[in-house]
Amino acid sequence: MSPTRRDFLKTTAATAASLAAIRGLGLDPAAQTVAPSPPDPFAIELAMEALTVARGAGASYADVRIGRYRRQSIITRERQVSGVSDNESYGLGVRTLINGCWGFAATSTMTRAGAQNAARDAAVLSRAARTLQNRRVELAPVTPVTGTWITPVRRDPMEVPVEDKIALLLASNEGALKVKGIRFVNSGLALLREVKTLVTSEGTSVTQTLIRVGPTFSATAVAPGDFQSFAEEIAPRGEGWEYVESLDMPGNAERWASMAVEKLAARSVEAGTWDLIVEPTNLWLTLHESIGHPTELDRAIGEEANYAGTSFIAPPEKMIGQLKYGPGFMNVQADRTQEGSLSRVAWDDEGVPADRWLLIEKGIFKDYQTTREQVARIQKLTGVNRSHGCSFADSWDAVQFQRMPNVSLLPGDRDIGLDDIVADTERGIVVKHSGSWSIDHQRYNFQFSGQAFHEVRKGKVVGMLRDVAYQSTTPVFWNSMDMIGGKSSYWLGGAFNDGKGEPSQINSVSHGCVPARFRNVTILNTRRSS
Amino acid sequence: MSARQAAGPGDGLLTRDQAKALADRVLSFSAGDQTRVNITSERDGNTRFAESITTSGGVTNTSLTVTVTIGRRRASASTNVLDEASLKRTVELAARLARLSPEDPEFMPELEPQSYATVNAFVERTADLNPEARATAVKRVVDSAVEEGKPAGAIFVAGFLETHARATAVANSNGLFAYHRTTDADLSVTARTPDGTGSGWASAGSRDWGAVDPARLGRVAAQKAVASRNPQAIEPGMYTAVLEPQAVTDLIPLLGGALNARNADEGRSAFSKPGGGTRIGEKVVDERVTLYSDPADPGLLGAPFDNEGLPIGRIVWIEKGVLRNLAYTRFWAQKQGGRPTGGVLAGGLALAGGTKSTEELIAGCPRGVLVTHFFYIRALDPRTVLQTGLTRDGAFLIENGTITRPLKNFRWNESPLLMLNRLEDIGRPEPTAVGRMMPALRIGNFNFTSLSDAV
Repeated sequence: MSPTRRDFLKTTAATAASLAAIRGLGLDPAAQTVAPSPPDPFAIELAMEALTVARGAGASYADVRIGRYRRQSIITRERQVSGVSDNESYGLGVRTLINGCWGFAATSTMTRAGAQNAARDAAVLSRAARTLQNRRVELAPVTPVTGTWITPVRRDPMEVPVEDKIALLLASNEGALKVKGIRFVNSGLALLREVKTLVTSEGTSVTQTLIRVGPTFSATAVAPGDFQSFAEEIAPRGEGWEYVESLDMPGNAERWASMAVEKLAARSVEAGTWDLIVEPTNLWLTLHESIGHPTELDRAIGEEANYAGTSFIAPPEKMIGQLKYGPGFMNVQADRTQEGSLSRVAWDDEGVPADRWLLIEKGIFKDYQTTREQVARIQKLTGVNRSHGCSFADSWDAVQFQRMPNVSLLPGDRDIGLDDIVADTERGIVVKHSGSWSIDHQRYNFQFSGQAFHEVRKGKVVGMLRDVAYQSTTPVFWNSMDMIGGKSSYWLGGAFNDGKGEPSQINSVSHGCVPARFRNVTILNTRRSS
Repeated sequence: MSARQAAGPGDGLLTRDQAKALADRVLSFSAGDQTRVNITSERDGNTRFAESITTSGGVTNTSLTVTVTIGRRRASASTNVLDEASLKRTVELAARLARLSPEDPEFMPELEPQSYATVNAFVERTADLNPEARATAVKRVVDSAVEEGKPAGAIFVAGFLETHARATAVANSNGLFAYHRTTDADLSVTARTPDGTGSGWASAGSRDWGAVDPARLGRVAAQKAVASRNPQAIEPGMYTAVLEPQAVTDLIPLLGGALNARNADEGRSAFSKPGGGTRIGEKVVDERVTLYSDPADPGLLGAPFDNEGLPIGRIVWIEKGVLRNLAYTRFWAQKQGGRPTGGVLAGGLALAGGTKSTEELIAGCPRGVLVTHFFYIRALDPRTVLQTGLTRDGAFLIENGTITRPLKNFRWNESPLLMLNRLEDIGRPEPTAVGRMMPALRIGNFNFTSLSDAV
């Protein structure tokens, strides 16, 4: 058994697009066959109605977002389809700024009167907010822009016949059911096509079509008194149907499912301190939780204190340019332009152009994620006088606020891979794919699991382990990183449903990673009987 | 385009008659063998604050889902565009998706008309809470927290108030029709001391806004923040834990997955019997534990029907420590000869208890940890319902029956099922959130595994 070699090959093969993104090359534009949706004149007309009412109500700034969301979901188990659904949601949201206070109102009544009422309601909310105001909202400037954009895809997944989608999933399940010991298989597809128009009182008018695909697969093996599951780490992407096809789920399902059976026979881990080799299919989530979230400025200044929490990277004046996050070879980039990524856009929900910047440079924390109203909080510290373009809402009926862009660990200078790291390790555990995850509300103490674990002795993989979780504290963990892969080992993972905010909203975000080694990490055994 | 003619329901909730008319219209467009329509009409308001009101919003929306059955094939499509063209398109889309779907071997026909318990979960004063009233309530929260927090200096207060008014309806081509209206108001507040070492939290949720006391929540959060300043580290390990009702509310609903009958029958639940079958009839936890759902219970006020229009009644999952019922879908109930129940949380969830207050549970504890609530709970092992998570907004050391000092937060690895076998004492159930009645619990050997510096 040589899982490390196999995974290395798979990783290499599957990441051509990601590597292209690093090099700034990307897809051949000529191959892109789906054109962006043009602005809908009716949507623009409603937006103008709402803006007129908002201005009349005293708004110094207002914006209107009109969104049409189509979500399709197919879920299967074994030889059956357990659900096929297709959801359309259409509506309009108006945000007003009056006396430095925000108000937001949304309606699905898509008429002139509906738009006017929403603008009036938003103004009422702005005025009510003065009851408790200690700080006026001030917006960093942005140059008004007009345009359209679409996620570059060769084939819009919504245009693919449902029978083809079902056939692909059931063929995958069939592959898995060939494996002796496999009793249950689940697979699915979550597909999104979002057309949204943003019109602002400052003159911005942009229409974007965002396309995302999220395939899933897991298999469960049952033995007397025991069961183990294995979920393949299939990254959701901002790509078209061609990405789903490139995964060859039917061809790979048998190999994926066999991992669940292997886990039944795996040795329960010996708790203690181990060197940890984290594959990119697991590290993306650790990075998301321990770097992506604490570098959100709304958390650092307390605006998320009642829900997702605050950040250990606070206050900004003591952190920017000072906090040593990790070793000197650690560079972490935020990027809304990355090819194939989930949070790729041309403009955010305030009309700010997509940006790319370093959060951590040579191991030192440099900058946060920002929206227009947050810029003034840190511009003297960073010298950045514009928003990084992190304002998003997950629906027409939700107000935009600061959301995470793609945040990625950049590859090391030496182009080494997982095998090289294993070969260099005396005693360690290789963690594959994301499992259970939990982190505290300031993003210090975390505990992550995975889907599969292999023991390394004297530079070689010697067997499979189970019941493994690793627990650490963010600064300790990243500063214990002593070896990372190069650009050939880069892989782009991601999450469709990252939650934050009240009312809670979801965000889709990708994270690129290379395999990395962490020294002396606490490993727990999660088996429990009483 | 179609939206120009959108004849939406206006800004109010759909009445029973309006919902029936809309459902009938949709059903009339369908040529499927069977058709079901689920309608949700909602009016939501929210106010979020962190020193200032940071965002506030209002949403009105009506959406519907059409589920079409052709033979043994079934699929759904949803829309919130309610003009005739869109409704027809949605019905046709559902029918087309159904035709493309393979036959469902677990197919169950749509239900015949049913009768439902009356659950009065709609309170006008909740539905009518307007932006000004919300802003005033939020100011009361902040003012009381700031006043209570004075010993710690200028306390930072953040929180969230939201209200929902919602009408849901289910109708199908067999003539079934069900309609239900609910309101809820949820207010939570976090107070943090200016030195960054203390944090407190309080929360309430109710169908009735009148049952929520903003000033009290502000005071409680601030008291916790002041009392939790300068927390000290103690060695992680097994400690007796006194879990406040909110902490219990974070854990007990996690038993839901294990209570799924199919998971249990299929050998992948903590309630699977080794060798096959389920553990129904077995003592699974301490005999003082009774866990039930009941939409008509005044403390729960859950939904009297589910998405299929199945009536939801009282179900005792665990009675005096013995597993009595599991949650059966209609298909699984038919296959196993059980009774369809709907989901575990559909009818609310209550843990029955005794008469003691949280203070009395503390008083009976020689040495232990008092937990305000938990955060970021994730499953580790479904075989034991083992979870991990952290304490948040106030963990305190109890010595000789009194709180002696604030503690650093802990990460823990513990199972809500296994811990109920280490029950030392149980408090008086209280409403902790909409659809939840939970008591404080005192649990022996709660497994606190590491320290967190998070405040």
